[in-house]
Amino acid sequence: MTALDTVFTTCRDEGRAALMTYLPAGFPDNQGSREAMVAVAEAGADIVEVGVPYTDPLMDGPVIQDAADRALAGGFRVRDLLGNVEAVASAGAVPVVMSYWNPILRYGPDAFARDLASAGGAGMITPDLIPDEAAQWRAAADTHGLAPIFLVAPSSTDARLATTTAACRGFVYVASTMGVTGTRTTVGAGARQLVERTREVTDLPLCVGLGVSTGDQAAEVATFADGVIVGSALVRALGDGVEAGTGLGPLRDLTVELAEGVRRA
Amino acid sequence: MTEQLGRFGDFGGRFVPEALIAALDELDAARTDAMADPAFTEELARLHRDYTGRPTPLTEVPRFAEHAGGARVFLKREDLTHTGSHKINNVLGQALLTVRMGKRRVIAETGAGQHGVATATAAALMGLDCTVYMGEKDTRRQALNVARMRLLGAEVIPVAHGSATLKDAINEALRDWVTNVEDTHYLLGTVTGPHPFPTMVRDFHRVIGDEAHDQLRAVTGGLPDVVCACVGGGSNAMGIFQRFRDESSVRLVGFEAGGEGVETGRHSARFSTGEPGVLHGAATYVLQDEDGQTLDSHSVSAGLDYPSVGPEHAYLRDTGRAEYFPVDDDEAMEAFALLCRTEGILPALESAHALAGALRVGRESDPGTVILVNLSGRGDKDVETAAQWFGLTGDAHATSATAGHPPAGEHRSATAGHPPAGEHRSATAVHPPAEGVES
Repeated sequence: MTALDTVFTTCRDEGRAALMTYLPAGFPDNQGSREAMVAVAEAGADIVEVGVPYTDPLMDGPVIQDAADRALAGGFRVRDLLGNVEAVASAGAVPVVMSYWNPILRYGPDAFARDLASAGGAGMITPDLIPDEAAQWRAAADTHGLAPIFLVAPSSTDARLATTTAACRGFVYVASTMGVTGTRTTVGAGARQLVERTREVTDLPLCVGLGVSTGDQAAEVATFADGVIVGSALVRALGDGVEAGTGLGPLRDLTVELAEGVRRA
Repeated sequence: MTEQLGRFGDFGGRFVPEALIAALDELDAARTDAMADPAFTEELARLHRDYTGRPTPLTEVPRFAEHAGGARVFLKREDLTHTGSHKINNVLGQALLTVRMGKRRVIAETGAGQHGVATATAAALMGLDCTVYMGEKDTRRQALNVARMRLLGAEVIPVAHGSATLKDAINEALRDWVTNVEDTHYLLGTVTGPHPFPTMVRDFHRVIGDEAHDQLRAVTGGLPDVVCACVGGGSNAMGIFQRFRDESSVRLVGFEAGGEGVETGRHSARFSTGEPGVLHGAATYVLQDEDGQTLDSHSVSAGLDYPSVGPEHAYLRDTGRAEYFPVDDDEAMEAFALLCRTEGILPALESAHALAGALRVGRESDPGTVILVNLSGRGDKDVETAAQWFGLTGDAHATSATAGHPPAGEHRSATAGHPPAGEHRSATAVHPPAEGVES
């Protein structure tokens, strides 16, 4: 049983959804990003997404764009994220990477899969790589025991839901809404409907991302999904803490609130 | 599903979020259906005749050609279209498709502003809402086109993120599209992006080469020996190359922006220093660092200032069917000035790269070589940039912008006379002549 399978089995046994938190590697700097990832793991995140800062993040809203820019301006190198992966694994959460495709293509998909697996990573989410274009990555992930995780979207046809989920391992990333990352006041109906459509074609855990920022929203999504993914709100909390000199406090507080939310359902 | 969808050899494809796949499939079906529907193709042809001003002329430029080593040079006059560049060919096609798909809003990216102006124009003509994303840096150097778009009723959104140029405008347009795809068509302006854009945009521009082929044949009785075009994303080049790619005697040559010189690192010469990668939905050559992060590109010409290139050009390059060389800012500006003064034609800075390339090719070739150049746009938008470059603004003492009539084949000074104090930039920087071409 893989680490991801174990997480979802445990959550199911506990009658709750998993909490998955996204933070970019290298933000505010390498050391700070690792401490932040350890903090969210200790505050209740089950899975930590290690984001790879990229110059052209076309699925990301302003909060994550700005964080990526800062990481790159600070000299972030792709290989640095392996330190984040190790830190997350040591803290007892399951690390998965989230990356646009070109940095991985440049690193070499097989070399990246090898290095990610040996650092303790469980898989990778690829927001701009669909299964149709992912033969090389799927082979590399398979060789090194990593989960390739693709996205489904409200616009996905039933046929694409079937082919995309068939290419996923570990879980499926369900984009709650049409749009880019960022907080939204409501996440509800469309996400529920897409989860229902996706359940028709797969037994994999379904994790809902895009727009969730509060414990109440996490609780709502947890009523119909197997995992709740939070990104921009946490990146903002981390940035606020750095700005205000309150360190990891705001990030920890929000993570605790979200962890309580996924247990409320 | 096939791995080969929209592929040109190893290049092309669809490297985009899943959320856009349904819209790309819808677009692919719509354009395939439309191109086989006489009602669509006849309406597009009517618009090109009555609105765009097609066919555009083919102009032989003998006084310019005196500097091209005895070659005959013909310009395909896309600068004379309504809106002033080839961009309108693709825009009218995609705008008609937008209406056909029942969408009511178009979005576009623009670099120099020519594609944005063309899109705003078509949106006005067809009653569509229009939003244009433009890098903030470009809104400053192409302020005239920003005003034109707004006059035409478009909303222009400056993009300050990243390098604040064309690539960032495309990122922002893609973010808008993924959010509003239900009622919005992304009217992409060049032959890159995810399938079907590279193929569709090429096909809407092939009218350039089709017309030029017939027009040239009527004059010379034959084919050109060389076809020259500038290559940013590469739509004007694909448009003129397409008719000739199966004619093995015809050399196809694309000219990229060498900026301040390839050796300075401040350029847009993807085929000189770029590596295969993925950007904006397509596998192609990309200016990138060893981590796959996109590098900033540079060019005096906003329309060529882009770190990636259409995937079919990557294919033509790797298969050897087309050749690509950099032309730096100085050399392009000299060609710009030369065409102005020898022929009374003010080219776009983008097209000036193709003109500079044609001069080089002519000097390298036998006398009598027939060179067809795609004059993709007019330079009205570039007057301020050029005036600053040559020191012709305000009360500058630039009384003489001519250097007489140097013999053919010799390097020509674009400025002489009295440069103003201070920031004067001379276009007389010495370039190696033909044999200095490298790639």
